[in-house]
Amino acid sequence: MIRLPARLTGLIVAAGLALGMATPALSAGSPDAPRPANVPWSFSNPFWGMFDRAQLQRGFQVYKEVCSSCHGMELLRYRNLGERGGPEFPEAMVKALAAQYRVTELNDRGEPAERPAEAKDPFQSPFPNKLAAAAANNGKAPPDLSVIAKARTYFRGFPLFVVDLFTGENLMTGPNYLYAFLTGYQEPPAGVEVVEGAHYNRYFPGNWVGMPNILADGQIQYQDNSPQTVSQYARDVTAFMYWAAEPKMEERKRMGMFVILFLIFFATLLYFTKKKVWASVKGH
Amino acid sequence: MAENASTSPEPTRRDFLYLATGATAGVAGIGAVWPFVAQLQPDASQLALASVEVNITSIQRGQAITVMWRGRPVFVRHRTEEEITAARGVQLSQLPDPQSDDARHKANRGQWLVLVGVCTHLGCVPIGTAGDFKGWFCPCHGSHYDTSGRIRRGPAPRNLEIPPYEFVSDTSIRIG
Amino acid sequence: MSGHSSYIPKSGIERWLDVRLPVVRMMHDQFVSFPTPKNLNYWWTFGGILMLCLVTQIISGIVLVMHYTPHTSLAFASVEHIMRNVEYGWLIRYIHQNGASMFFIAVYIHIFRGMYYGSYKEPREVLWILGVIIFLLMMATAFMGYVLPWGQMSFWGATVITNLFSAIPIVGNTITSLLWGGFSVDNPTLNRLFSLHYLLPFMILGVVILHVWALHVSGQNNPTGVEPKSSKDMVPFTPYATVKDGFAMVCFITLFAYFVFFNPGYLGHPDNYIPANPLVTPAHIVPEWYLLPFYAILRAIPDKLGGVIAMVGAIAILFFLPWLDRSKVKSARYRPLFKQAFWVFAVVCVGLGYLGAMPAEGLYVTMAQILTFYYFAHFLIILPLIGVFETPKPLPASISESVLGPKTGASTTAGAPAAPERN
Repeated sequence: MIRLPARLTGLIVAAGLALGMATPALSAGSPDAPRPANVPWSFSNPFWGMFDRAQLQRGFQVYKEVCSSCHGMELLRYRNLGERGGPEFPEAMVKALAAQYRVTELNDRGEPAERPAEAKDPFQSPFPNKLAAAAANNGKAPPDLSVIAKARTYFRGFPLFVVDLFTGENLMTGPNYLYAFLTGYQEPPAGVEVVEGAHYNRYFPGNWVGMPNILADGQIQYQDNSPQTVSQYARDVTAFMYWAAEPKMEERKRMGMFVILFLIFFATLLYFTKKKVWASVKGH
Repeated sequence: MAENASTSPEPTRRDFLYLATGATAGVAGIGAVWPFVAQLQPDASQLALASVEVNITSIQRGQAITVMWRGRPVFVRHRTEEEITAARGVQLSQLPDPQSDDARHKANRGQWLVLVGVCTHLGCVPIGTAGDFKGWFCPCHGSHYDTSGRIRRGPAPRNLEIPPYEFVSDTSIRIG
Repeated sequence: MSGHSSYIPKSGIERWLDVRLPVVRMMHDQFVSFPTPKNLNYWWTFGGILMLCLVTQIISGIVLVMHYTPHTSLAFASVEHIMRNVEYGWLIRYIHQNGASMFFIAVYIHIFRGMYYGSYKEPREVLWILGVIIFLLMMATAFMGYVLPWGQMSFWGATVITNLFSAIPIVGNTITSLLWGGFSVDNPTLNRLFSLHYLLPFMILGVVILHVWALHVSGQNNPTGVEPKSSKDMVPFTPYATVKDGFAMVCFITLFAYFVFFNPGYLGHPDNYIPANPLVTPAHIVPEWYLLPFYAILRAIPDKLGGVIAMVGAIAILFFLPWLDRSKVKSARYRPLFKQAFWVFAVVCVGLGYLGAMPAEGLYVTMAQILTFYYFAHFLIILPLIGVFETPKPLPASISESVLGPKTGASTTAGAPAAPERN
């Protein structure tokens, strides 16, 4: 048994080398899309990284004033904006925000009638349904943004996917990609065939995307004195989308810290109990 | 183990260790069970549906409407003068669940009665303007309620429940 | 192990019950006084850990069903409803989702432990076969569970796996349409997979009971592979195995908690957060990590039926392992050649898993074909040959001797503490 780990280690190293050599050949997923950079999010750290309230509030403003003209967030409700662990807008503000939207319901005569949205209502989508959204956007409906921050990623390659196991950096691939995408519009390089009705984005797989570059410096008036730049807008709205996809993240990390410490304490006690119990057995 | 405890000094420490481990295991067990019980509570989307606004302009005297609130019927009844008089004229001592009519409607709005339409016996929905007291009558087990929604005869133990509500204006109430 | 029961009913009610339904006696004999080899190492704690995994999955699953809606138009949203609205719903869902992966981590360790120490050999062949049945049921259950959130990977995974059956000659297409309940994977498919996903864990539980029964008839194997000779080789299950298993379980739960609380997305696939869309196939369909080696074998064969046969064969061959390995010696400790073959085989399996996650093109296909060949060669060529040509190291006379050294050793007689038996 004592010699085994050495052998095992040797084999793992050998396997690792073999796979590592195989890796370069493999980034063949989408050859022209560069890997998005790591953005230092306030919530990057898997153990204690939390949201920045002010950033989430700004991010919601960006979503509301820009993104929401094409993209829905159907899984969110207006009340979520006031809940713990999110942007935490005051209750009155949430109600006022909701009241800016109209909800169509059947009245007591069975006819469609509009009423102001309430906190309990889902985010109202810009289009009545998916077909209408597709029809208005060159045949492709803009994706819903509720969980998009968990639905996007990029390939991290051999050594990193092992490192991710311990750093949790893989959880940030969604936000990193979204930020890179929002800031990745540029003129198509010379010699690239232009696709009609599409826009060139460095980070989009295949590069040509239906969505135009919608962010511009100074476009949104922030209430606080954060920089009013595309980079800041993109960062803020991405943070907001990550919260929308993982609204219980703060509760999860807080509870997790407590649970892990408790389990380590429990395991320690059990270890000593086990030692005591086995103390009298020959050979142990 | 108990025999050893008296013979050597070691076991005290050992017993303490066993106790501590056992207690921690107990805490772990309770902690593990808790989320699985807590998930049975009404979830956030249920809690958010807590209030409903009702327009009462179209309810004529002597009529009642039924609205849904938290998945249960709520009766909104526009009472006639006779019904109000009948409700006020009852001796409280005759009631199984004594409560004055004044306590069952908002001040100065005696014509409006708002009640959870669920029989306090076993949860059926009573029928309006029926029964021996012209209030409500529950067909399941024969409970008679009066025009104030108070239990007068039958197996139901309590008066019909009044939901939390308020007049938003003269024409509209908010329940919940 | 046979022998008389050491259970003595203490109270009147226990005596009363013991005559009518000796369930307390059975539990006492199986989980308290049951003799376990005293030299078991921590690899042997994974049986108990797997029991914990099964119970965790069943309980968290029953709870999730209280909030889940099995309908193509509502399934995705109802899972998100659990994540957002239900009290601790996110926790229970992440436990169930990551629990499946933890279950497979444990079962793979358990299987490879059995292979290393020759636990499939006489008299434990039936025990091993029951284990392979459990493994098969686990894979089916996990696959069906993955379909339920109705994301892109759910939908396309279901499409690919159900299409495997269409490779069967003549009846293939009929079987596939029976699985679908329609002309493609759709609402009827989701509903039947949901029903079966709820059923299969209880079937697993049933086979697990048989597995434990078979184990308690033949007794546990141990790292020496030498069958116990006397009570000196054994300790009672409680407290010895109980506390050791308990410690290992809490360590395992700590790892589990790390994934649930700090890295819940690592073992899943982001594409499953895109609602299912029958019109768009994801660029790159991969099953969950625990099915990857078999997926690599499937893709290594450039023929539809051939690939399916290879994949099924890769699992089916495990049933015959007790008869493919001809050596009388169980533990790899005393089998130098087998030990090396075992580790090469383990690396091959990991390699197949890696290749299963890679696109099926170029070098990867060639590598997968080589490793697939080796996978089968291990069972069909290498193991039988080693059984003939290998010279095992000398076996210890007993478990006690392996722990304490030969009887003649001076230290044994001098410093040995009292025997462990207390009763």
